[in-house]
Amino acid sequence: MLRAVDVSFSYKRGRRTLRHVLHDVSFDVDRGTIVGVLGPNGSGKTTLVRIIAGMLRPDSGRVLLDGDSVADLPRRELARRVALVPQETQTTFDFSVIDIVLMGRYPHLGPFELERPADLEIARNALRATGTETLESRSFATLSGGEKQRVIIAAALAQASDILLLDEPTTALDIGYQFEIAALLKRLNADHGTTMVVSTHDLNLAAALCERVVLIKSGHVIAHGPTAETLTAHNIRLLYDVDADVQFHERAGHLTVVPLGRT
Amino acid sequence: MTNAVAADRPRVAVRIRLAWTLLSFGTLALAACLLAPLVGSTPIHLTTVFDRSVPYADNIDAQIFWVARLPRVLAAAMVGSSLALAGVVFQALLRNPLASPDTLGVSAGASLGAMVAITFALDFSLLGVTAVPLASFVGSFGALAIVYGLSAARRRGTSTIVLLLGGVTVQALLSAIIAFVQYLADFTQTFRNVRWLMGSLDVASYPPLVAAFIPMSLAWAGFATLPRVLDLISVGHESAAARGVDVERSERVALVSASLATGAAVALAGPVSFVGLIVPHLVRLMVGADHRLVLPASALFGAAFLIGCDLIARTIIAPLELPVGIITAIIGGPVFLWLLFRKS
Repeated sequence: MLRAVDVSFSYKRGRRTLRHVLHDVSFDVDRGTIVGVLGPNGSGKTTLVRIIAGMLRPDSGRVLLDGDSVADLPRRELARRVALVPQETQTTFDFSVIDIVLMGRYPHLGPFELERPADLEIARNALRATGTETLESRSFATLSGGEKQRVIIAAALAQASDILLLDEPTTALDIGYQFEIAALLKRLNADHGTTMVVSTHDLNLAAALCERVVLIKSGHVIAHGPTAETLTAHNIRLLYDVDADVQFHERAGHLTVVPLGRT
Repeated sequence: MTNAVAADRPRVAVRIRLAWTLLSFGTLALAACLLAPLVGSTPIHLTTVFDRSVPYADNIDAQIFWVARLPRVLAAAMVGSSLALAGVVFQALLRNPLASPDTLGVSAGASLGAMVAITFALDFSLLGVTAVPLASFVGSFGALAIVYGLSAARRRGTSTIVLLLGGVTVQALLSAIIAFVQYLADFTQTFRNVRWLMGSLDVASYPPLVAAFIPMSLAWAGFATLPRVLDLISVGHESAAARGVDVERSERVALVSASLATGAAVALAGPVSFVGLIVPHLVRLMVGADHRLVLPASALFGAAFLIGCDLIARTIIAPLELPVGIITAIIGGPVFLWLLFRKS
């Protein structure tokens, strides 16, 4: 349903090119799957997420969403089809949890339209789906990191899009919350068939979560395919210059990566 | 614990909260507009003012109400709501609770314009508006350019501390230039400069109100498009953009509107400090964070607040009338400190 075709991008100031970030990046995401975009810091993952979300225009190539070019879709329509979960969210003002989730309804409302009971119902369903319904009236700012991220995922669900884009969803969290978010994403995918694109540099998160992975280094796709075949010691060495042991872990039920040292 | 809170605060639909907000704050602002003119060195009565049986030429109360006091009260209302709205918008846009027309140097820019006009005795007018308000209006837009640069930096991820220091630096720089311009002024000009800088609502006719109303109404029209956008932007530029907000366009509308409002307010009354900082915070304490409530409530409460401050300024050492800026600063300073320390 999502196709990136030869996407290239560079950051510019005026007419001067500052930095080439992506070079002919291509991959496919099928409906109902979780695809991981893996790479070291600065490899272009976040830029790629921003291009899929329509926030940046590629210099060449296209991102197609069910055949429509993302760059040509009106903002609001795109927002009804793609929702973004940023790495970290901090609020300036004292919004309650339900306020935050209702903001996800923005692309579905007219410029001066207020939310209707149906919107509130959708927001509450999103809270239930993420296990945050007891937090509804809490102040968002007082939540723990893991709770915040679950609420932000609920806000993205309330956006009722076809695809969820998650930019480093666990990077700012400690290990307990990392598992919590990974389990939540897996459950959403299993229960609701939510299609997800997850950018991360965490190899074990990708191994636990993603059916397919796209490995990006310095803006080039160096490998992509089913996780079991793509997340190999060889590819990890190419990606991070790190020697790693990759094995299927019985108790975890998925591949695990043990980094051994710099090559 | 959380369940108890949830039960204590059942969610009331935003349309109902909006209706209540408009009704209560609207009543407050209207009452302030009607009652404040009754207070002053000569007591007058509302019933006499609106008594149709007495011809206007003989109705002293009505003359005092309409000519001597109402323009000043209306000026307070217009300036108060414009500064409060500008404050709300700056705070949301820069995602910083300490942002305001004062702390970002927009007021200082407007002040510099006025100082230049007074000191160099500039003498021109446009559509009946004289040099001093015109120059302060232009000055506020000079400062806008700087603020726009700062907010662009914010979008690129500059930290809040850098941003605040930037604003303080801009303000210090403009203050230094103001001091320089003042140094060039002669005795009477210096007196006018100092008086102007105190901020005063000494308006005793309607034409200045009409002149200020034009840019202010443009600003209000701009603000009207913003409430939900400000909610989304205050949670993050990235997520706002991903939800279909044209962030750059909204920022331009917001900054131009806020500068129009600040410029017009400062042109009319001088730099009345702290209103743009504390009114938004007081309003948020009362109605919550939702800008669909905060914006209209701030406009109405800002009007009532400045009318109240001006009432104190007019009466506290009567028959002398203090510049209202002194009162707002005396109230605003401690509130600002409280915000600063509560934050850290």
